[in-house]
Amino acid sequence: MTQPSMKIDIQRYRPEMDEKPFMQTFEVPYKADMSVLEALQYIKDHLDSTISFRWSCRMAICGSCGLMVDGVPKLGCKAFLRDYYPQTLTLKPLANFPIERDLVAVMDDFIKKLEEIKPYIIPAKTASNEKKCLSDGAYKQTPEQMEKYKKYSMCINCGLCYSACPQYALDKKFTGPAALALLARYNRDSRDAGKAERMKIVNQEEGVWGCTFVGYCSVVCPKGVDPAGAIQLLKVESSKDYLIGMFKPEQ
Amino acid sequence: MSEMNKKTYVRSHEPIFWGLFGAGGMLTAFLTPVMILITGLLIPLGIIDQGNFNYQTLHGFATTWYGAGIILVLIALPLWHTLHRIFHALHDLGVKRGRDLQQVLSYGFAFAVTVFVFTLLLQMS
Ligand code: SF4
Ligand code: FES
Repeated sequence: MTQPSMKIDIQRYRPEMDEKPFMQTFEVPYKADMSVLEALQYIKDHLDSTISFRWSCRMAICGSCGLMVDGVPKLGCKAFLRDYYPQTLTLKPLANFPIERDLVAVMDDFIKKLEEIKPYIIPAKTASNEKKCLSDGAYKQTPEQMEKYKKYSMCINCGLCYSACPQYALDKKFTGPAALALLARYNRDSRDAGKAERMKIVNQEEGVWGCTFVGYCSVVCPKGVDPAGAIQLLKVESSKDYLIGMFKPEQ
Repeated sequence: MSEMNKKTYVRSHEPIFWGLFGAGGMLTAFLTPVMILITGLLIPLGIIDQGNFNYQTLHGFATTWYGAGIILVLIALPLWHTLHRIFHALHDLGVKRGRDLQQVLSYGFAFAVTVFVFTLLLQMS
């Protein structure tokens, strides 16, 4: 019995020799439990060793294997050939990012946005204007307090939501879904005291107000983070902040 | 690093328009179908007595302070909702030129009609 096979169209781009990206078709042996990432590894091992793509954990944890599968942003390790067989599958690098090579996208802007929202706990100053010392013991938190931000802390920084976001596509200044969800994660954490600092980022046009609640980010997110929901909550916070700001102008 | 230190944050005035948009959206979603049902189906089919909706009754309603308030809200908020949506849809369609003018025209129209209806109701009573 011959093993069934499946065709995969892959967008190639090698900046040193190609003027622009082009499509190349490969044929891989089909198995129902084969992931898109495994198919790419098969191609690299047996058909064309020059093909480039990112991956590491193979289990939807590291967030490096994002790519467009038939036009939808997905993790290569979490998408399976069986959901597309026997059609030809089309793979392209993540949309809305520049291409570095083949299926590898340049994620610099995304990483910069994640850094910009101060993604760390900013502790409250104690009475003596000093930070709490390790010897003062741990910050305690109830399950309810944790529940307020837990969902937004599950992000693996894969960038699929940026590829899905039509507002980020139109304007790269937009802070974007994952960074705003991460911002909400810290603002909603009872141990954090950095809310006022981060609200300045939220309140901008390129903060939450760049979002028109399309919601596709939450559809493609492989970790159920719901960045669209986080942004809506931040819009309410920003509106409150706006009202307070009208009566109490700061600085 | 110096780039980060220099960063200035400009507060957006979007909360005002978003608030009107949200309130208008609620009204549009919940009340417009009811109004269409009453004026477009139930009255023509004779299920609701026409007499309750003749000019005299409605004029009477519009000249009470609460009637005038209800009419103003029912016209103005859905209008703010609609024009906010149109303004953002223009951006989504990639109409980049004259964003300021687009904004003035969109919200200006909603504002003008609001003022118009308000004055109309005022001079009726
Ligand atoms: S929010 Fe979801 S889709 Fe966006 S980067 Fe995080 S895990 Fe990926
Ligand atoms: S390889 Fe790590 S998320 Fe897919």
